[in-house]
Amino acid sequence: MAVLHTTNKSPLQTRDLESCLRLSRPGCGVLLIEDAVYGALAAGTTAATLTEAARQRRIYVLGPDLAARGFTAEQLIPGVEVVDYGGFVDLAVEYHHVQAWI
Amino acid sequence: MTSAVAVKGKELEVDEEGYLVNLGDWNEDVANVMAAEDTLTLTENHWEVINFLRDYYAEYQVAPAIRVLTKAIGKKLGPEKGNSKYLYELFPYGPAKQACRYAGLPKPTGCI
Amino acid sequence: MSEEREGGAGQVKRFMIVNRKAPYGTIYALESLEVVLIGAAFDQDVSLVFLDDGVYQLKKGQRTQGIGQKNFSSTYRALADYDVEKLYVERESLEARGLTVDDLLVPVEVLGSAELGALMERQDVVLAF
Repeated sequence: MAVLHTTNKSPLQTRDLESCLRLSRPGCGVLLIEDAVYGALAAGTTAATLTEAARQRRIYVLGPDLAARGFTAEQLIPGVEVVDYGGFVDLAVEYHHVQAWI
Repeated sequence: MTSAVAVKGKELEVDEEGYLVNLGDWNEDVANVMAAEDTLTLTENHWEVINFLRDYYAEYQVAPAIRVLTKAIGKKLGPEKGNSKYLYELFPYGPAKQACRYAGLPKPTGCI
Repeated sequence: MSEEREGGAGQVKRFMIVNRKAPYGTIYALESLEVVLIGAAFDQDVSLVFLDDGVYQLKKGQRTQGIGQKNFSSTYRALADYDVEKLYVERESLEARGLTVDDLLVPVEVLGSAELGALMERQDVVLAF
C-alpha cells in the first residue's frame, strides 16, 4: 500500500528528508512542504539525491510554500509536481495513509 | 483582553492599547472616530501623515519608529514638516504611536 | 563609538544579529527582525549576518498570500531608514544554495567564513536566530 510521506524541514538544517527517502519505498509519494520545499530546488545541494529518489517515487511540492519563499516551479528539479492545498488533500485521500517526518 | 471601537454602528476589535486588531477593518471613519475619542479633529495636515504611514506600511510591512517617520516625512514633504515639533503639534500623544493607531497600523516596533 | 551617539540615551553597543533560519517555516526570522528594529530604535549599532538557510530570508520575489503570512521580506528594504546598513552574507552559504547577490532583495556585503568569523569576534553582543 502506497504511503504519502511529508517533510517540512529544510534539508540543510535537519536530516529529515534523508531519513524519509531512506525509509520510503518505491511507489510511494513524497510531499515537500514549508521549509522542505528548498530541497527540491535544482540549484540546491539535495538536487541529486532527490532526482535519484524520484526515479521510483512521485515527488510533490506545495506551491504556496514555494511562492512564499520566492521561487517558482521552473526552478525545481525536473519531474517534481507542484500541488496546491486542494491537491494536498487529494493526495492524502489517494494514498493509503500519510506519514509525517517532522 | 480585547475591546472594540464603534464605527458607524459596527464594533471593530482593538487591542488593549487601542490599535486595530485587523488591519483590513480600517477606513477613514475609523481614524475620525479614534481622533474624536482623543478630542482631536483631523485636518488635512493630520491626513497627510496618516496617509504617509499607510503608504509606508504597504511598501515595507512595518510601522516606522518616530525617528524614521520624521526623517522619511522630511524627505517626502520637506523639512518644515519633517521635524518632531511639527509632528508633535499634530499628534501630541507621540506622532508615530498616535498616528499609527489612527492609520489602523500596529504600534511601531521599539515604542514603549 | 562616536561622541555624539554616546550622549543622552546611554551607551551604544555593537549588536550583531545572526540569522540562520529560512523565513516562514519557523518564527525565528520574523523575531530577529523585531529585535533589529528595536535595537535600531534605541540607536544601537546594529549589523545583520545571513548564513546557512538565513540567506533565504533575502530572496527576491517572495509572495506569501498563499500561506496567509505577512511578507516581511519588504521590511529589509526599510532597514536603511533605520540606519541599519551593515548587512553581511556568507559566501559559502550563498553558493551552497545556488544563489548570487542578484537573487537578493537588498544590497549586501558578501564575506567568506573567515572574515565573518573575525567580524563576529569584534562585537559587544551577538544574538543568534
